[in-house]
Order: sequence, then structure tokens, then C-alpha cells
Amino acid sequence: MSASKNSSVGPKGATALSGDPALFEYLLRLGDDRLILGHRLSEWCGHGPILEEDLALGNIGLDLIGQGQAFLALAASVENQGRSDDLLAYFRDERQFRNAQLTELSKGDFAFTILRQFFFDCFAVLHTEQLQKATQSDLAALAAKSFKEHSYHARHSAQWVIRLGDGTAESHARISSALEELWSFTGEFFIPDDIDARMNSVYGTPLVESLKGQWSAQVRSILEEATLKVPADCWMHSGGRRGVHTENMGILLAEMQSLARAHPGASW
Amino acid sequence: MQKYSESEVFKVLQTVMDPEIPVISVLEMGIIRQVRWDEGASVLHVDITPTYSGCPAMEVIEQDVTAALVKAGFKNVEAHRIYSPAWTTDWLSTEGKEKLRRYGIAPPIGDAQSLVKIGARAPDEVVPCPFCESARTELRSQFGATACKAFYFCNECRQPFEYFKPI
Repeated sequence: MSASKNSSVGPKGATALSGDPALFEYLLRLGDDRLILGHRLSEWCGHGPILEEDLALGNIGLDLIGQGQAFLALAASVENQGRSDDLLAYFRDERQFRNAQLTELSKGDFAFTILRQFFFDCFAVLHTEQLQKATQSDLAALAAKSFKEHSYHARHSAQWVIRLGDGTAESHARISSALEELWSFTGEFFIPDDIDARMNSVYGTPLVESLKGQWSAQVRSILEEATLKVPADCWMHSGGRRGVHTENMGILLAEMQSLARAHPGASW
Repeated sequence: MQKYSESEVFKVLQTVMDPEIPVISVLEMGIIRQVRWDEGASVLHVDITPTYSGCPAMEVIEQDVTAALVKAGFKNVEAHRIYSPAWTTDWLSTEGKEKLRRYGIAPPIGDAQSLVKIGARAPDEVVPCPFCESARTELRSQFGATACKAFYFCNECRQPFEYFKPI
């Protein structure tokens, strides 16, 4: 990640930012979801089942890391404590990360990676579509940019979910078992809390709870087309938004942050 | 110090090529959004927007743009990365699209607003082969060598080619 020194969101340069702690938290959620999932996708580089998918996962990962960088850079300027996007990415510890737990789970097999991506893409499309209407202009701008990319990603992952589910006995079995493992991690995106409520009232961001109906309908229609059994409502994992993570997170951070921490302040 | 002239700046920018597609300039790509001259401070500001968030060429582009303008006599050049409004292939110039085609990359078809959000199938658009113009082509992968391109194959001339996706 190494941001341009002169990175700014609006065409007129630096915008006066409020220093609002809720906005900072909210930007960390957006940035961390993308940074962490982007890192998981990068683990496929050189390991994709076919060359085309190796490139696809790498490219999607790049988009997500690029988006993550932009959201974290904005978070850093809102915080206004002299931290940069790089410092936020590489020098925070596990409990300070705000990504949903779904994004940090080990990459698993291709079916697991694709299905996790599909669940995230569907949420991200719906979320950023509404987020473009936020009254904080920098946030709205990044949402508009991300929305276009998520739309592409969703098309890719939805096609693969259908192909694997409605494919061979082996591919069907693999994505079915991924579905069983992943389903209880999909609820976290839609849990309302104080940050969500405050952002909604101050900046007009969508209430996450309001996205759940559409998300479920879209996911259900693709899963059915993939001949997969749509899981029943069940207990859902949560905690990522408060900094509580699964056992996968520490291992991921150890790898992702090791170079930056071995050479603090280094540059190309 | 060179006296500021907007046409001179654009002439210089027309010589800065996209590092990934070296036949098309940063101007023709539509990624140069604004050029501003700060008379008092003698600083030339250039606003550049990324095609995709994950475009790894952004830093090289910023350096190339700055270097070319410094070489042309502008002492203080500042490149700014901006995200709004989001880049769209609708900003590729007509000449830019033709140059892409001659280079072997099929230019984007139609306007970018017709994106499918969450759908199972690729759009029905026919992407003509940039080499033989045949319509008998097929999508192999939505992601080519870079995020901005998809990977196609021509069943007529048996050539793989890339398609610059509308976004």
C-alpha cells in the first residue's frame, strides 16, 4: 500500500473533516473488510485452479486492497492524529481491526473462497449503492467508485457459485460444505449498533439492517439456481466490528504485517 | 521558468503514455481530470483519477506525468489522486478507442451505465475481434491481465485478445 503523498478525494483537494469518532470507526469497518478480504484473495496468487481464475482472484484482491487503502487514508485524515493509511494497515493489532469475521476466515478451497466472495460482494454492492447518497462527500465519492467494482465482482462470483453448485458431484459437495461452514458468518454485516445509527442520522448512510431483505433475496435466488439448499435461520457469529476476531485473524496479521514491522518506515 | 500555457501542458500530457497500454496517452485514457496553475506559488497541480481502485500503475503514472512536466520547464508540479467523479470508460476518447483496437485490445462497447449488478450471466453484447473483426468471439474470463480488461477468444482467427470492459 503506499499512498500518494498528495492523495485527496475531492477535486478541490483537502476537505475539512470533522474528526467525528463515529465516522472514523465506520471508515475502519469499510477499509478493514476490504483490506483483509483482499489479503485473503492475494493468497491465491500462483495457486488458482486455472490461469484465468488466478488472474481474476488477483485482480479482485487488488481492487479491494485499493479500495481499502482509500477508505483507511480517509479514516486517517478524519482521525487527524498523524497516522497514515499504512500505519493503520500495518501497525494496528488484532483487537483494533473492525472487519467482519467472514472476511478473515482462512481461504479454504476454491469453492469456499468463491462462496465467501459471493456473500461479501452481494452485501458490498447493496451497501455502496446506498452509501453513494451519504452527505459526507468523500465517503460518497469512495462508495461510488467501489460500487462499480463490486458490481463486476458480484457477477463473477455469482456465476461461479452456480457453476460449482450445478456442476459435478465433487464441485457440488465442496460448495455445499463451504455453505455449511460460511452461513453463520453472514449475519454480522446486518447487525445494527450505535455507530450505524449515528452515521445514519448524521450522514444519511444506510442502516445495515435495511439491506438484509434484499441481500437474502439475491443470495437465495443464486443459491437456488445453483441447486444448493438455502440454509435455515440460525445463530450467527459476530464481534469483528468490536475488534473480536476468530483464531484465523492473528495468523493473517502476522503474515500481512511482518514485512512492514521488520522495516518500519522503509520505502521503495 | 516556463510561462504557463494550458495548451502547452496538454501537449506535454499527450506524450505521457499509459504504462500498461503504451499506445494511448493519459489524456486519451481520460484519467487527467483537471490541471490548475497556482500563479502565486508557481505550482502546477494535476488531478489524476485511477481507472480501478486496484490499478497498480497509478504511482508510475503520477511519476511520469510529473517528470514530463518538470522536463518541459514547470519547476513545481504536484500530482493529486482524486476519486470523484469515478472514472468511466465513457471518458476514453474516440481516437483512444481506435488506438486500442489497432493495438489488439477491443475497445469498450456501449455506455457504462448499463452494468448488470448481480446477475448470473454475462451481458449478451458481441465483442468483435480487434484483429479480424469477426463477431464469432467468446468470453473466456471476466478478468484479463489487468483489472480493466476481460479475456476473449476469437473463433474465426483463433486469436486470444483482451476487451476493455465498460465500467
